[in-house]
Amino acid sequence: MIAEAGLAALWLAASLALLQLFLAVTGLKGGKAELLAAMRPVAVGQGMLTAIAFSLLITLFLRSDMSVLLVAMNSHSAKPWLYKFAGTWGNHEGSMLLWVTVMGVAGGAVALFERALRRDTHMATLGAQATISLGFYAFLLFSSNPFARIDPPPTDGQGLNPLLQDPGLAFHPPTLYLGYVGLSVAFSFAVGALLTRTVDAAFARAMRPWVLGAWILLTLGITAGSYWAYYELGWGGWWFWDPVENASLMPWLAATALLHSVTVLATRDGLRAWTIMLAVIAFSMSMVGTFLVRSGILTSVHAFAVDPERGSFILALLAIYIGGALALFGWRIGSVREGAPFELISRETLLVVNNLLLSVILGIVLIGTLYPLMTEAFGHKVSVGAPYFDRIAGPIALVLMLAMAAGPLTRWRRDRVPAVAKRLAIPAAAGAVAAVIIATLAWGRMGLLPLFGLIVAIGVGIASLAPLWKRKLLRTPLFTWGMVIAHLGCAVSLAGMACDSAFTVEKLVAARPGETIRTAGWALRFVQIMPLAGDNWTALQADLAVDRGGNAVMMRPQSRFFTSPPTTTSEAALLTRWNGQLYVVLGEEVEGGRWQLRIWWKPFVTLIWLGGILIAFGGALALIGRERRGWLAKWRARRAVA
Amino acid sequence: MRRILIWLPLLLFAAFIGLFASGLFQPDDRIIQSRLVGQPLPDFDLPAAASDQPGLGSRDMAGGKPRLLNIFASWCVPCAVEAPQLMALKRAGVAIDAIAIRDARSDVDAFLARNGNPYQRIGLDARSAVQIALGSSGVPESFIIDGRGRIAYQHIGDIRADDVPTILARLEDAR
Repeated sequence: MIAEAGLAALWLAASLALLQLFLAVTGLKGGKAELLAAMRPVAVGQGMLTAIAFSLLITLFLRSDMSVLLVAMNSHSAKPWLYKFAGTWGNHEGSMLLWVTVMGVAGGAVALFERALRRDTHMATLGAQATISLGFYAFLLFSSNPFARIDPPPTDGQGLNPLLQDPGLAFHPPTLYLGYVGLSVAFSFAVGALLTRTVDAAFARAMRPWVLGAWILLTLGITAGSYWAYYELGWGGWWFWDPVENASLMPWLAATALLHSVTVLATRDGLRAWTIMLAVIAFSMSMVGTFLVRSGILTSVHAFAVDPERGSFILALLAIYIGGALALFGWRIGSVREGAPFELISRETLLVVNNLLLSVILGIVLIGTLYPLMTEAFGHKVSVGAPYFDRIAGPIALVLMLAMAAGPLTRWRRDRVPAVAKRLAIPAAAGAVAAVIIATLAWGRMGLLPLFGLIVAIGVGIASLAPLWKRKLLRTPLFTWGMVIAHLGCAVSLAGMACDSAFTVEKLVAARPGETIRTAGWALRFVQIMPLAGDNWTALQADLAVDRGGNAVMMRPQSRFFTSPPTTTSEAALLTRWNGQLYVVLGEEVEGGRWQLRIWWKPFVTLIWLGGILIAFGGALALIGRERRGWLAKWRARRAVA
Repeated sequence: MRRILIWLPLLLFAAFIGLFASGLFQPDDRIIQSRLVGQPLPDFDLPAAASDQPGLGSRDMAGGKPRLLNIFASWCVPCAVEAPQLMALKRAGVAIDAIAIRDARSDVDAFLARNGNPYQRIGLDARSAVQIALGSSGVPESFIIDGRGRIAYQHIGDIRADDVPTILARLEDAR
């Protein structure tokens, strides 16, 4: 019954989306803006129905209902409940349902909470959101039904990929999807504004909180995914340039550019066409990235369902939505007036530089990701790896960081070079001092890119705090704090990346219990190795007493064997200290009772994710700072009515 | 100029869709075929891998009749799985030689005692040098060598029961 109810909820949601589209078209054609009032409950109802369908699928997974094909294929009754729960979206159909749910709920939120938008633009936006949703409903219902039954039901399921059996699965995909699909709102806003010709500052102010919200979640999702891969995949890397990682990075780059250009549009009414373009590109990148991998065209650790029928479906959806939006852009943008002009030396210019550099990095990542596909079309097989991305995108990212340092210290509209230089003097001097110190200490021992990365990180870190200089901290607006913290987060993250790539010490040993291994100032005493049983796995666990002069701490890396499906994973042991992380992986047994141990000391590696969290936190402060007044006003108005 | 710029994204996207479509309908070929198919065998001369059988040199493969060259290892599980199929091929009159990869003589002896011995000659390739020269990327793999010492066919992975007729047909073709 539950599965049938879920399917019914999905069909109902799809028909509401159709109704929503119909209302939008009628309202816009007949100039009946009052139809917006009728669209609101429809959009909210659609969001609720998708949420119901999704909770029903979760219920099926929690109950291990093996008569449902998806549960039987991807779950197992012996799994801990957290992974039954999170396993709901650890597969193609379930994650598609999550996608549709986020899209439906986001559409409902736009209907319910958006008040700043002109009514016809609001209608067009909701119509666009319904149109996108319809395609994905069709995809779910016709080629990826998550509620399909299997008869006769198997006695037990096939289990979830053990690499996914980690608390990370409960957090990373939903956050990322909220970010990806949240960008669909920006896309719909752009389409709505193009249709009703309302690309202006007021429109930008209405769109900004939605972009910011999606961007915060995307940032958190990527940060979480990076840390998860770092400790779960067991080789100490935090970014792999895997197609799916690129698929999350590309929308983030576009959304970051959008976030800055929408500020120019909201504050100075400039960059109109460009902002609309970015809003289209950001969500297009979400779709392209996600589905490029889903279709099986690019191989990746994240590929769920490789199926040409689904691939063709996806291709059609991409062609219709992205192609349609770009065609609308070409058709309508000519009639959008040029925005307000600005001088060469101004904050606008630096934000344009930021946008261009972000777009260039986006292009580099996109080309690197698609390159294997391009050469294959001409009969060659190549794969593009980290060296390409690091060498090409890295230096540009450093230049981008410099622009980021200068931007907040430059005035809107027009500024003078000496004034900007004066404001940048202290951070530049600090960067120079850092450069001299680091260069003398580590010259020749670290690569050029990490060296410059560290210097830039220090200079930019100080520069990012400069907007607070000589200000009363408590009276500084919250969104300024947000910007400062987010920019500081970028510098912190960059410092972590540079330290990790320059100073990591790696050691591979074959050791017997009783032996002590010394590396990077640490002593690891291999106490014993013993078997261990978990809920649905057994493991060999090495006990290591670890110290660097103080009290010893136990580290327990494991090699785990899962029975359903039969797989071995290595669970790294991590020890976090203020100045870095010790990372130990247990390998295989070699002759003579020795065990392979791979040990890394990674100085300041945690800064990478701390920076990511700071960036997201800064975004949240900016969102609250900008919207607080509106919320307060609304609350007061409501109280006054009551 | 502005007009072109406005339509440029759509044009680029159309190119992307074309690329995507061509990728979608391209046959899936994750298996890497050796470039030596159709070429003469590389020269090698390997010591014996089993106690009571001779080693294998490339000249042994040019005796005028097609032979099957099986790349295996005693530590390889799929190799044990394909053993019955090799025995069936031997019964069908196929001459089979083998190269044992990164192996030890005692292990090979045990493997043959356990899974049967379809081989006439077994060479020991202790450091995979010959395997790499052959363009073979893993174990098990089987090559059909025609009577003049040329590689006529490569089978990647274990030989399943339904592969046997194909192998026999290819051996016939190589004659």
